[in-house]
Amino acid sequence: MKGAETFFVDLARAIVNGLENMGMSALGAEIILLIIKFACIAGIVTVNIIILIWLERKISGFIQLRLGPNRLGPWGVFQTIADAIKLLTKEDIIPSQTDKIIFRTAPIVFIIISLMLYVVLPFGDGMAIVDLNLGVLYFISVGSLGTIALLMAGWGSNNKWSLLGAMRSVAQMISYEIPLVFSLLAVVMIAGSLNMSDIVNAQDKIWFVFLQPVAFITYFIAATAELNRGPFDMPEAEQELTAGAYTEYSGMRWALFFLAEYTNLFAVSALTAIMFFGGFKGPFLPSWLWLPIKAYIIMLVFFWLKWTLPRIRMDHLMAFSWKVLIPVTLANLVVTGCVLHFLK
Amino acid sequence: MQLSDLVFYALAAFTIIAALGVVALPNIVHSALCLVLTFIGVAGIYFYLGADFIGLIQILAYAGAISVLMIFAVMLLLSRDVSESNPSHKKGKYLAALFSGLFAFLLALSIYSTSWDLTEGAEIVDSIGKIAYMLMGDYVIAFEAAAILLLAAVIGAVILARGEEKR
Repeated sequence: MKGAETFFVDLARAIVNGLENMGMSALGAEIILLIIKFACIAGIVTVNIIILIWLERKISGFIQLRLGPNRLGPWGVFQTIADAIKLLTKEDIIPSQTDKIIFRTAPIVFIIISLMLYVVLPFGDGMAIVDLNLGVLYFISVGSLGTIALLMAGWGSNNKWSLLGAMRSVAQMISYEIPLVFSLLAVVMIAGSLNMSDIVNAQDKIWFVFLQPVAFITYFIAATAELNRGPFDMPEAEQELTAGAYTEYSGMRWALFFLAEYTNLFAVSALTAIMFFGGFKGPFLPSWLWLPIKAYIIMLVFFWLKWTLPRIRMDHLMAFSWKVLIPVTLANLVVTGCVLHFLK
Repeated sequence: MQLSDLVFYALAAFTIIAALGVVALPNIVHSALCLVLTFIGVAGIYFYLGADFIGLIQILAYAGAISVLMIFAVMLLLSRDVSESNPSHKKGKYLAALFSGLFAFLLALSIYSTSWDLTEGAEIVDSIGKIAYMLMGDYVIAFEAAAILLLAAVIGAVILARGEEKR
């Protein structure tokens, strides 16, 4: 069990040692290791998404009393692979009236931003790509750039539904960012650190979800809205905006948006596990298995919510953030601060 | 030239080119997007200087929120081409050059007349803690005054947006 626990850390050290023995400088070896790590992340994300899309379709089928994909392979597991091949070989259609540069770069910016989120996540004990001191802040600030990519897509498409969808998503993401940050701040106050590994280690005795139940609920609602997932998926409401900012996209560009949404979903679920459910800590299994397990359970809850609850009206959505979530999170911060002060 | 100098020049070039894009591009939305790049470049310079916290806040507040609101407003209100939405755009060209040149001169003057103390000490690890002690200690009055100013601005914006109260 000991070997399994430190398997990846040992592997990384072995690679660096091997490169240095071959006569490479320490800096060069570190840089090559970093590139390997990034390649691993890209691979994990892609494979993960193939599983996730299949899982979501199966679960939505289960919730809606359908079968879901069931033709390709056992339980339709190869359906996503077939879809991916179809999307890759599709013609790349760019409408003539679009703003070409913005239209083309928007999906790339979106996927880059969602991949950048993974840099600070500790996937196991000592297994963050960069163990940044301000990890939580990094996650939030890089995540906030995603709105720009959506705006670029919506405006670059030169289509009123796209623009409406982009504007909805921007209004929603900016409003829900505030309760999101405030909920995370309550956790950070208890842990006394913005470093994700420190936050995980601070949950040795008790998970923060038990210490901060209010923050967890507000965080979860705000995260659902930040991810533009149902019941908060007004920005891409198919029935009224066709697909919001993605209306004009097709083929691989559209697939990149789809990919980025699921990439974000996994990143945010992993963040939830890290902030509230003890991250990579758990009994019996090695630490790098616990985080994916927890993240997957949280993602199942996201799926469950999306396919159970109907969509919320746009004005209700905004009012809920500003009139309910923000006051609740602020009150929670005050209470947390007072309790921490008197416990000291 | 050292590697770290090279990083600085790359960042500075990136920021300046993006800033030139803000001024020179004919399409106002492109200008606004270039502004985002400028903010990110400035954040990069902060990281280079070891001020990670300021750099991240720069991305969060400026690139992530303020510029988005700016793009939002631009998209809603104006037509695409600057020459359409602002016909007097070209007229004040020389005056604008004069004033920005003057501003740059004053800025350079104050930068070169200041003696910058270089500390040879170790890199600051816990910058966020130090900033917190400064904001809540030495500069607490300025900090709170800024907070009240922002509150007043928010209330003013709400009143302006709601219009006159119906009786």
